[in-house]
Amino acid sequence: MKLPALLRLSPRLTPYVLLSPFVILFCVFGMFPLAFSLYLAFQSWEPTSGLSAMQFVALDNFAFALQDEWFWKSLKNTGWLAVASGVPQHLVALPLAAFIHTRFKRLRNGVVGAYFLPYITSTVAIAILFSSLFSKDFGLVNQGLLALFGGPPIDWLGAPENIKPAIAMIVFWRYVGFNVVLYLAALQTIPQDLYEAATMDGAGRLQQFFFITLPSIKPMIFFGVTLSVIGGLQIFEEPFILTGGRGGSDQAGMTTAIYLYRMAFDFNDFGAASAMSWLLFLVVVVLTWLTNLAFKPRP
Amino acid sequence: MKTDKLAPWAAHAFVGVGSLIMLAPFYFMFVFATHSRTEIFSLPPPLFFGDDFFNNLKILTTRIPFWRNLGWSLYVALANTALTLLFCSMGGYAFGLFEFRYKNALFAFVMATLLLPSFMNMIPTFMIMDALGWIDQPRALYIPGAASAFGIFLMRQFVGSSVPKELIEAARMDGCSEIGIYLRIVLPLLKPALGTLGLITFIASWNNFIGPLIVMRSPEMFTLPLALRSLQSPVDTEWGALMAGAAIATLPLVILFMLSSRQLISGLTAGAVK
Repeated sequence: MKLPALLRLSPRLTPYVLLSPFVILFCVFGMFPLAFSLYLAFQSWEPTSGLSAMQFVALDNFAFALQDEWFWKSLKNTGWLAVASGVPQHLVALPLAAFIHTRFKRLRNGVVGAYFLPYITSTVAIAILFSSLFSKDFGLVNQGLLALFGGPPIDWLGAPENIKPAIAMIVFWRYVGFNVVLYLAALQTIPQDLYEAATMDGAGRLQQFFFITLPSIKPMIFFGVTLSVIGGLQIFEEPFILTGGRGGSDQAGMTTAIYLYRMAFDFNDFGAASAMSWLLFLVVVVLTWLTNLAFKPRP
Repeated sequence: MKTDKLAPWAAHAFVGVGSLIMLAPFYFMFVFATHSRTEIFSLPPPLFFGDDFFNNLKILTTRIPFWRNLGWSLYVALANTALTLLFCSMGGYAFGLFEFRYKNALFAFVMATLLLPSFMNMIPTFMIMDALGWIDQPRALYIPGAASAFGIFLMRQFVGSSVPKELIEAARMDGCSEIGIYLRIVLPLLKPALGTLGLITFIASWNNFIGPLIVMRSPEMFTLPLALRSLQSPVDTEWGALMAGAAIATLPLVILFMLSSRQLISGLTAGAVK
């Protein structure tokens, strides 16, 4: 096949041509927005007044964010949710993966699929479903609790003290299967003869778990925990849907990601919203770094 | 030693009950989709399928432009998938089998953005789309989505393991053009990886909520998740219709998942295993 000269690339030029669509899109829609949001964090701007109305305000936006009690409240909410949904994920996923690894052979794919399914379904559909399940008067959760334990119905989504536990349960339900899959992958790499040797030496199952399994999959625990930290701090969709996009009563379900969305799109303060997104990013970076430190082998 | 005797049935019970808890919400989503609002919130709640599905669908289609919303979801997901497969297979091939300046630095940089939280781009993306006049345009969703760092990663891994360098060089010796090599040798070899990336991209785009929330402003341009959310109101939510919509948004994913769960799971966790 003869190609026009323009299309006959030399091997030296080819990688650049192959990469250019990706790199162009990556720069325009990935990198430029990032740089622009950093610039915006130092400007005062409302979208209604046009781009020319932008004004440099130095650190005002950051000062505003740090003095804003709602911003701090949103950070507390986010931290609470990240811990309450993240820690149980790993505490449950690890033994679950260990059980599945040792005891399930034929049913394995089905079982893993059941745990993984929530991860790939629409967060919005899930959140809508759960807002009916958690409904106070005739929601399924309350009817179940009533049948089992009696007592007054719990106002899951109306009372400030219950919103976060409800959200944490949903996030837990959604991501636990992902962690199970991670741990299963790690478990499969542990050589079987380690366990055989341990059994010969008289080590019980629990001992084997703590002295062989746990140390071997430590790198995967580190990876999973890092993803949970990063993911937990950007929780947005579940609380956004469950609280109707407003944060819930007493803003108990308002995460920082929701707050900065509202700061921009409900309150029209794009500068402050950008500053907040960078502050939250800083929190993500610091906590990821601390996770890294915690998992580093001590000298 | 006591734990050794207890463990077998306890482990099975733990895993089994757990998987039922995982699946129960899906069951109730589909059951509720076939009941009216009053039935959903009656005592006792409906535990089995009813016959109000088409009624719910009717409410749904009168409240929102449901079929249009569904169509946009499908259109955006397909366009996004097609572009992602094209650009990421090209990029992955370049990263996997070519040597060029700054290759490793560029790849490391692209990979670092994988960990970038989604909220960082929310505000500037709106401003760029606004400046481009892309608000309410489906292309605002599928064009930026095609620059997938995850896709580049997946493709490069696969190129490295299943496209032999000797084959490419042999083709080059035989006078095959570079474009011909990509189209006739690399792409066919990449088929399994393209399938995996296609599934993952389609699902992610189908479920995407934050993207459309930022750029889609008028209800007839909403994708499905956005349209379903717009049905929620503090006073008068049509729960039956909402459940029917949620079920329709979920069903294709459940089917896709049942057909390809192993491929999907291994693709989605590829970053962890390598």
